[in-house]
Amino acid sequence: MLLEARHLVKRFDVGGGLFRRAGQVHAVEDVSFGIEPGRTFALVGESGCGKTTVAKLMLLLERPTAGEVVYRGRAVSGLSGGALTEFRSEVQAVFQDPYSSLNPRLRVGRIVSEPLLVHNRMSGAEARKRVDEALEVVGLPRAAAKLYPHEFSGGQRQRIAIARALALRPKALVLDEPTSALDVSIRAQILNLLSDIQEEFGLAYLIIAHDLALVEHFSHETGVMYLGALVEWGPTQTVFDRPRHPYTQALLASAPHPDPDHPPPGDVIRGEIGSALSPPAGCRFHPRCPHAFAPCDRAEPATTDTGQGAWARCHLLDAGAPAPVRRGEPARAGAAGRPA
Amino acid sequence: MTDADAPALAVEDLVMELHLRRGVLRPVDGVSFEVGAGETLGIVGESGSGKSMTCLSILRLLPKPAGRIARGSVRVGGVDLTQLSERELARDWRGRRLSMVTQDPMTSLNPVFTIGDQVGSPLRHHRITRTLRETRARAAAALGRVRIPSPERRLDEYPHQFSGGMRQRAVSAMAIACEPQVMIADEPTSNLDVTIQVKMIELYREIQKETGVAIVLITHDMGVAASICDRVAVMYAGRIVEQGPSRAIFRRPAHPYTQALLDSIPRLGARRKRLFALGGQPPDLLDLPRGCRFAARCPKRMARCDEAYPPEFKLPDGHVSACWLSESEAVHAA
Repeated sequence: MLLEARHLVKRFDVGGGLFRRAGQVHAVEDVSFGIEPGRTFALVGESGCGKTTVAKLMLLLERPTAGEVVYRGRAVSGLSGGALTEFRSEVQAVFQDPYSSLNPRLRVGRIVSEPLLVHNRMSGAEARKRVDEALEVVGLPRAAAKLYPHEFSGGQRQRIAIARALALRPKALVLDEPTSALDVSIRAQILNLLSDIQEEFGLAYLIIAHDLALVEHFSHETGVMYLGALVEWGPTQTVFDRPRHPYTQALLASAPHPDPDHPPPGDVIRGEIGSALSPPAGCRFHPRCPHAFAPCDRAEPATTDTGQGAWARCHLLDAGAPAPVRRGEPARAGAAGRPA
Repeated sequence: MTDADAPALAVEDLVMELHLRRGVLRPVDGVSFEVGAGETLGIVGESGSGKSMTCLSILRLLPKPAGRIARGSVRVGGVDLTQLSERELARDWRGRRLSMVTQDPMTSLNPVFTIGDQVGSPLRHHRITRTLRETRARAAAALGRVRIPSPERRLDEYPHQFSGGMRQRAVSAMAIACEPQVMIADEPTSNLDVTIQVKMIELYREIQKETGVAIVLITHDMGVAASICDRVAVMYAGRIVEQGPSRAIFRRPAHPYTQALLDSIPRLGARRKRLFALGGQPPDLLDLPRGCRFAARCPKRMARCDEAYPPEFKLPDGHVSACWLSESEAVHAA
């Protein structure tokens, strides 16, 4: 494993206002996964599920309340000073919005070389050579180095952000919704570019996304998060072909397909995501779950091996209840999966 | 005053100009479409293609003083809105026969007024209700129609007491409170999570079934368009490049831009290793080519594409494509 999350927990203290009691936001609860070099792990879930907090924890931008971030077998959560700088030079990030992640006052050459100057104290000539290399990898001309971010389109800006992340020759990239601010026709360019880069340099990717089709297309392993916890994870094909957790099934059933002959998306779950300030007792998904039964509002479900390398946390599975639907066998008439 | 046989909304050759210091540009350049009662037309396209500007032009909510309607007509039930005065438009049409839902429910709701005040405001403004009691009853009915539970009690709550999905419902309730003939929804589900988005899609279908409102839905999400629209128009650089029944557009896209859009999105269940990636970017509206606006990015570009903008060719399955490649298949030039 190159990069691992081991039982990560993150809680934020909030409140203590005039009319409000202080509380704790349970942003991340016991999240574990690992990424091998050359592989992509995707975290998928709705807004507020904690996926971006996990990304920040993995980048050591936030310190976990409990648990560990492990890089090459070494716990790194407590690093500081030079060791932290070294970790950061190997694990870089690309963020969602290339309009706010690039400093508008700096030329592209400076933007891409800044991490080099911070981390390596290399000479100007060396840094310029690295910048040229990085720009070439992302498909931008060398002349781009002399221009400012506003002279580029959204897709090109995201290429600049990727070039900056690559300049240090990292081993892993954390991609937080790297294409959601881009137009549809540009998204494919960036996704293909990221795939090419991974293949060429053997990078490990952690991608945070809400678009299920993108995750299925792009990742090798997927973890589905709900209210701070992983509810189902495993090889992407297994999770998407045989979703065993009712939440994963609901997400897949809710996604609209660009095909009018496909059954319309099915509204299979109740209500909206609960509060991370006071997460529901027992299984966090039970207030919305169409299959909730006796133990769901009391006991936290155990982690069950669902086969083919996948795992899920659901009482239906540990109670040995009939297996929930597979893809293509709708949960409700025409609700889940895709046409045969 | 209205013509019973006319479509709910008919836009013909609409041109909107922005007069800027840099020059005059046409974000909407000769757009025509019709939407019947009980029908949903989807307008899809990328940012800057002119889809939102088309809708703002229909309502004549243009940036001042730069924006103006230069040509064309917008008919609602047979009445040409471009011929009306601003006063008439505001009094009898906007928010009443023609309403709009915008993308962000948080900015469409005023945080210091109650939901009841805001859903009731179009009713009072258009003098549909005369008394407070009447307004509250109608507002509660509108909230009930968008499936907000116990609407009477919810009238006195403020937007911050509503969840994201509920706020988008409340905004939709405002839009349908006056029972409009046409509702324009600009990316109504784009900021919502999929499990909430699917509820909104179902809600729009139900509202349409109950009220027969014609809906123009602007979206960049081809999945949303496919699951809700009867017909789809694809915009590129200010023009509709292809339009027709959803099935025809998604199953047999004729225009290379539509094909590229559909090929470039990852699909659930499709094990494709590589996505089709369209090169380049849309043209600068101040520096448009003489011929087809998509030619520079088109994988099927021919010599004549650079010479003249293609007319709209009508295809046998009822859809229309502005591409020279469609000429041989065309029934007759539309």
